[in-house]
Amino acid sequence: MVNDVAVIGFAQSPSVPVTDGTTNGVEMLVPVFERALAQAGLPKSDVGFWCSGSSDYLAGRAFSFVAAVDAIGAFPPIHESHIEGDAAWALYEAWLKLRTGEADTALVYGFGKSSAGELRRVLALQTDPYTVAPLWPDAVSLAALQARLGLDAGLWSERDMAEVAARSRADATTNPLAQLSGKVDVEELLGTEYVADPLRVHDCAPVTDGAAAVVLAAGDRARELVGRPAWISGIAHRVESGSLGVRDLTTSVSTTASAEAAGGVDGVEVAELHAPFTHQELLLRQALGLGSSVRINPSGGVLTGNPMFAAGLVRIGEAAGRVFDGSAGRVLAHATSGPLLQHNLVCVLEGAR
Amino acid sequence: MTQVSDTEPLGAPLRIAFDYTRSLGPSLSRFATALREHRVLGVRGSDGRVHTPPPEYDPVTAALLTDFVDVGPGGEVVTWSWQPKPLDGQPLTRPFAWALIRLDGADTPMLHAVDAPREAMRTGMRVRVRWSPEPTGGIRDIACFEPEESAGASPTPDPAEVTMITTPIELAYWHTASPEESRFLRGITEGRLLGQRCPVCGKVYIPPRGACPVDGVPTTDEVALPDRGTVTTFCVVNVPYLGQRLTPPYVAAYVLLDGADIAFQHLILECPADEVRMGMRVEAVWRPREEWGPTLENIDHFRPTGEPDAPYDVYAQHL
Repeated sequence: MVNDVAVIGFAQSPSVPVTDGTTNGVEMLVPVFERALAQAGLPKSDVGFWCSGSSDYLAGRAFSFVAAVDAIGAFPPIHESHIEGDAAWALYEAWLKLRTGEADTALVYGFGKSSAGELRRVLALQTDPYTVAPLWPDAVSLAALQARLGLDAGLWSERDMAEVAARSRADATTNPLAQLSGKVDVEELLGTEYVADPLRVHDCAPVTDGAAAVVLAAGDRARELVGRPAWISGIAHRVESGSLGVRDLTTSVSTTASAEAAGGVDGVEVAELHAPFTHQELLLRQALGLGSSVRINPSGGVLTGNPMFAAGLVRIGEAAGRVFDGSAGRVLAHATSGPLLQHNLVCVLEGAR
Repeated sequence: MTQVSDTEPLGAPLRIAFDYTRSLGPSLSRFATALREHRVLGVRGSDGRVHTPPPEYDPVTAALLTDFVDVGPGGEVVTWSWQPKPLDGQPLTRPFAWALIRLDGADTPMLHAVDAPREAMRTGMRVRVRWSPEPTGGIRDIACFEPEESAGASPTPDPAEVTMITTPIELAYWHTASPEESRFLRGITEGRLLGQRCPVCGKVYIPPRGACPVDGVPTTDEVALPDRGTVTTFCVVNVPYLGQRLTPPYVAAYVLLDGADIAFQHLILECPADEVRMGMRVEAVWRPREEWGPTLENIDHFRPTGEPDAPYDVYAQHL
């Protein structure tokens, strides 16, 4: 019998355009660890497994994640692991450790100082290194190609996209950690210049520095520690071809497959979707089959704050938060990685177990 | 280093550049060699669709693909976006369109740039390859695409088998020192060696750190340290390398300053390399004050003080 695993704590740093901290994230992580562990009621010395997600390309230095371990205070020696990618996938690794009983608690963290380099250009290095990356296609231009495919096919309009931006910023007014928030007028948004036709500034997630941490616990340990754990009822991830041309870029078959493997979307009340571009939220809602009754991104989502390599983990933390506070019984979190939603993870969480 | 104010962290530009050299394997080697001959190759997948650039394995069935076919050089724009301000390394330096282009004879589109005015761009437009005047073997042998009706004469091909590609990568960052490191760097600019003590375990770190690696809390109390200490461990550098400042043999050592709990690396000079030993007492030799900046290089090297060696127990915990 494998263990049930729950999210029992979550904290994130403010999403800001630039921090004066280092690219190893220590300054952002120390207070985030403290708050996440306090919410979970777990002493740091009791954490059974630590796992992080970040990227050396973002930091511009090799093994940048090693310096981040200073923030843990890794003595006596700890069990620790790292993935080069969004920390949602580090959470997947920690979930496996807890499922198999190798640990009964874990702290998962992600961090990124996106402002250190030129983010859209750094992300070109995610693409195929033989036939695509030598052209330096930046992330915003690539997303614009995908947006136009959907526009031409009549799957969404520029107005639909602007409405996603407006709703996200309005929702973020109740999120004190958001980078962008406020009431914006869709007509006004549609009157602004393109940054990469057909994308305007509001269609693109901002460049954000930030960090986040999620605390997991298994079975009775979770029940002991908190009153209302957010149980992970299903989690799965799928990846698509590295070749952009062979993929159907107007949908996300890997998201659909992940959701199915994670137990489906029936009864989901809230969904936190990792959509760095407005059209990608519309695309993901379609791929997941989320009806109009499902509340999308009450946090404001990554369009209002996009800490690279933490943003996917934040979706899981935010979704779990809706279970913690009793506002929802079944929630869905989605995380993405790679160019144009190449790799997708879906995590379904529930209050009762 | 740029100093913003007396208290803000120090920062400096950091440019990293490296050439990725990759072997191509059979499929991409054929693709790159064909590009050099001014031909574009696709490969037929398990379902009969022709993919270009040719994947080595079928994207659905993962079967090895070997049925190569010529495609292009003309094709149709499937989708496009406008790049008003091209970034370093992109195919064109003036505003251009990115496009997924379905080449004639191919079923799946490929990414490249289109050199056309903004108002000429539309989905479905016909384009064709413009070959690079300086082939390098690889996707950049296609300089870009251009509207079919405006296609100019192409340079002469330069056929040669291509088995490797080199992709230069250059990235620019603004690297920031931590607040603690910044205090250290400002101190050393004035000839002072500033460490910090962990409030939990009491250990003194130099340079100070954002968090004590043992306790995970920020170090707070500043500790001024002397410029003399003990060699904990060392190596004799015998290997010459590009950019080397000294002529081998010379000694790089870990120096534990008196009162510090962590050693840092520096040079031990002014004595023969084979006389340097663990426990040797050393002192800093500073460069002339007018050369000082926010760097540990203000200390040119350490030299023996002539004091008796420190007993092993003094530094045994710092190896």
